[in-house]
Amino acid sequence: MIIQNEEIVRRHTIAILVDNEAGVLARVIGLFSGRGYNIESLTVAEVDPREQLSRITIVTSGTPMVIEQIKAQLRRLVPVHKVSDLTVEGPSVSRELALVKVAGTGERRVESLRIADIFRARVVDSTNESFVFEIVGATEKLDAFIKLMEPLGLVDVSRTGVAAIARGANPI
Amino acid sequence: MVKDAMSGAEIVLKALVDQGVEVIFGYPGGAVLPLYDELFKQNKIRHILVRHEQAAVHAAEGYARSTGKVGCVLVTSGPGATNAVTGLLDAMCDSVPLVCLCGQVPTHLIGNDAFQEADTTGITRPCTKHNYLVKDVAHLSRVVHEAFYVARTGRPGPVVIDLPKDVLVSKGEYVGPAKVKHKSYKPQLKGDLAAIEEAARLIAGAQRPIFYVGGGVVNSGPAACQLLTQFIHATGYPCTQTLMGLGAFPGSDAQSLGMVGMHGTYESNMAMHGCDVMICVGARFDDRVTGRLNAFSPNSTKIHIDIDPSSINKSVAVDLAIIGDVAHVIEDMVKIWKARQLRPNERAIKAWWEQIEQWRARDCLRFATGGSAIKPQYAIQRLYEKTKDRDAYITTEVGQHQMWAAQFYKFEKPLHWMTSGGLGTMGYGLPSAMGVQVAHPDSLVIDISGEASFQMNLQELSTLMQYGLPVKIFILNNQYMGMVRQWQELLHGSRYSQSYSEALPDFVKLAEAYGAVGFRVDAVDQLDGVIDAMLRSDKPVIVDCRVDPSENCFPMIPSGAAHNEMLLGPSDEAAKPVSENGMVLV
Repeated sequence: MIIQNEEIVRRHTIAILVDNEAGVLARVIGLFSGRGYNIESLTVAEVDPREQLSRITIVTSGTPMVIEQIKAQLRRLVPVHKVSDLTVEGPSVSRELALVKVAGTGERRVESLRIADIFRARVVDSTNESFVFEIVGATEKLDAFIKLMEPLGLVDVSRTGVAAIARGANPI
Repeated sequence: MVKDAMSGAEIVLKALVDQGVEVIFGYPGGAVLPLYDELFKQNKIRHILVRHEQAAVHAAEGYARSTGKVGCVLVTSGPGATNAVTGLLDAMCDSVPLVCLCGQVPTHLIGNDAFQEADTTGITRPCTKHNYLVKDVAHLSRVVHEAFYVARTGRPGPVVIDLPKDVLVSKGEYVGPAKVKHKSYKPQLKGDLAAIEEAARLIAGAQRPIFYVGGGVVNSGPAACQLLTQFIHATGYPCTQTLMGLGAFPGSDAQSLGMVGMHGTYESNMAMHGCDVMICVGARFDDRVTGRLNAFSPNSTKIHIDIDPSSINKSVAVDLAIIGDVAHVIEDMVKIWKARQLRPNERAIKAWWEQIEQWRARDCLRFATGGSAIKPQYAIQRLYEKTKDRDAYITTEVGQHQMWAAQFYKFEKPLHWMTSGGLGTMGYGLPSAMGVQVAHPDSLVIDISGEASFQMNLQELSTLMQYGLPVKIFILNNQYMGMVRQWQELLHGSRYSQSYSEALPDFVKLAEAYGAVGFRVDAVDQLDGVIDAMLRSDKPVIVDCRVDPSENCFPMIPSGAAHNEMLLGPSDEAAKPVSENGMVLV
C-alpha cells in the first residue's frame, strides 16, 4: 500500500453503512468537525429495517492522504459496518433532489415553466403567483437550474443532499 | 415478568464478574445508588473509594497498564461523569482499555435539565473509543459485555456506559458473555503475509536501519515484547523507543538508543534522521516524535506495523504498511526471516553502529555536577540505582520530571512504566500509582512527581491511607512549573508568566497530616539516605526533593525544528533561535 503525498484536493462521495442507533450520526458528524474535515453534502436514512442499518452518504473533499484518513477514521467508529469511496471504487450513480419555489407573474412565470420543462423538473405545487418545482439529478444540474431561476423570482430552495450507489450488480 | 429476572444493578454486577473484574475505582452518588447497594451485598469485586472522579479513571489506567487487564470505573451522573472526562481522554490518547460506568438520571427525566444531569454520551463521544446509553434493561448485559470487548480488542481504549437509574432498578434477564457477539467491530489481528515478506526483505537489505518501537508493542502484551526483542537481537539493529514504548525493549540493552523525540537522545534522533530503513512498530509518528514533518527522516523507506489503520499515513506517509497485532505480525516475520534464511548486511551494519557510537559519544544526557544543590537528573539516577533490582513500577506526572524519568530510568520490562503521554495530564501520576499498587500490593510503586503536578490530585493521599497502599511519591521540587518555565526561557524572553510555585505547602507536614511519612532533602550528600529511608518504609511516603530550580531538560528538539537540529545543552540555546513557525507549535 503506497500512497503518494499529493496535494491535489479532490471531491469524493463516501457511502457508510452504520447501525441505525441513537447517536450514530453525531459520531460521524463529530468526527468530521473534530478533525477539521469538511462536509459538502450529507444524507442519511435507514435502508435495511430488518438489520437496522442506515446508509450515510457524505460528499467531502481533500488530498488523497486526507481522504484515506477520513475513511480510516470512519472505519474506526464501532457502529460502522462498511465504508466505500464511490469516487474511486468503480463507476457510480449519484442523484440529488431539490424543491425549488419560484414566485412571479406574467412572462417571468411562463419562462420559469419553460425552463423547468427543459430540465425535466415537475411542478408539485402551484398558486396564481408561484410554483414549487421538483427536480432530480446530479448536483451540477440542480445548481444550474437554481441559477436560472434566480432572476425569475426564486424564493426558496430545499435540497436533499447527494444519494449515491455503485453501478452494476454488486452492493454499495 | 421475565423468568429469573434480576435488577439492572444485579445484571451489571454479574456481567462485571463474568468479565473478570476484580477491582472498581469509583465514587458514589444519587444516580448510582442501586449499583452501590449491589456492591455492598457481594464480595467478589473490591471497590476502591477515591477522592475525586478524575483520580478514579487514572487509577483504573494505572491498574490496566500494569496488568494488561481492562480497568473499571464507577461514577455518578452529572459532575461525577464530567470529572471523569479528563481521565477518559487520557486513556483514549494512550490507548488504555477501560470501562467506565456512569450513573444517569432516570430515562423519563433525560433532556429535562434534571438535577445532576449531563449529556454524558454527548460529552464523552470524542473522548472515548465508544459509548453507550442503555435505555432498556433488556440490552444491559449485552452492552456491558460488548463494552469490555470493544475496550480490550484492536487498539484499546476507554468505553463509557451511561446507566439511567430506572434501568438499574427495573427487572430483566441476564445474558452471559459467551452469547454476545459484536455485529460490526472485528479488528484485524493477522498481518498480510505478502507485506510481511516484503518488510522482512527490506529489513534484511537495510544498510542504516532503526527499529522505532511504541506503546502498541506494550499493549500487544509481554509476549509481543519478547518476540520483538528476540527479533531485534537477531538482526543486531539499533532500537529506539517512544515515551509510551519504554520497557517494550530492554532499556539497558546495548542495542537500545533510548527514547526518541523532543527530549529523546541525540543518538536516537540522529539515527532516525539518517536511517535508510525505519521499522515503526506500534507507534504513531506523534508530533513529539517527528519534529518538523517536512524534515522528518527524509531518506528512509518506512515500514509501519500497527493495529489501527487510521494510524497509517496520518502525518507521515509510509512506504509499506502492515495492519495487524504486533505479536501476530512479528511472529510471522520471524518465521519468514528464518525460512528465507535472511541475513543482515553485516558490513553496512557495522559501519552504521560506528556512526551511532560517534553520536553516542556526545553523551547527550550529561549534566553539570558539583556543588551542593541536587540536580534533578542525579536524583533520578540515584533512585534508579537503588530500585533497579526491585522490579519497581514507576508512574509520573507531566513536565520536566517526567522527561528526566524517561531519560534516566531504564525500563527492562513492559507494564512497569505509567505516564500520561498523549494528553499530558498533570495530576496523572499519584492516582495512577494508586491503581498500580492495588494491582500489585507487594510491589514497589513510585510516583516520580513535580510539586505543581502533585498538587493537582494530592487529595488521593487519603485514599492511599484508607487502603494501606504504600505508594512512594518522589517530588522533584524546583518551585516552578518547570517545563512551562523552560519554554518561556526559550521562546518568551525568560518572562516567567505564572509559572512559579508560590505558597507551597510543607510537604513533610502534609504527609504527616494524612498519617503518611514525609522526608525533605536539599543536599546531595543526604539524597541516598533519604531514598533508603523511603524504600524502608511500609507506608505511603512523600519525599520533598529540593532540586536545582534552574535546571532545564536537555537534549531538546525545539518546536519547529528537525531531528538533526537538537539543542544539546543551555549553551546551544542562543545559537539557534526558534523559527516563527515554531513559535505557534506547542
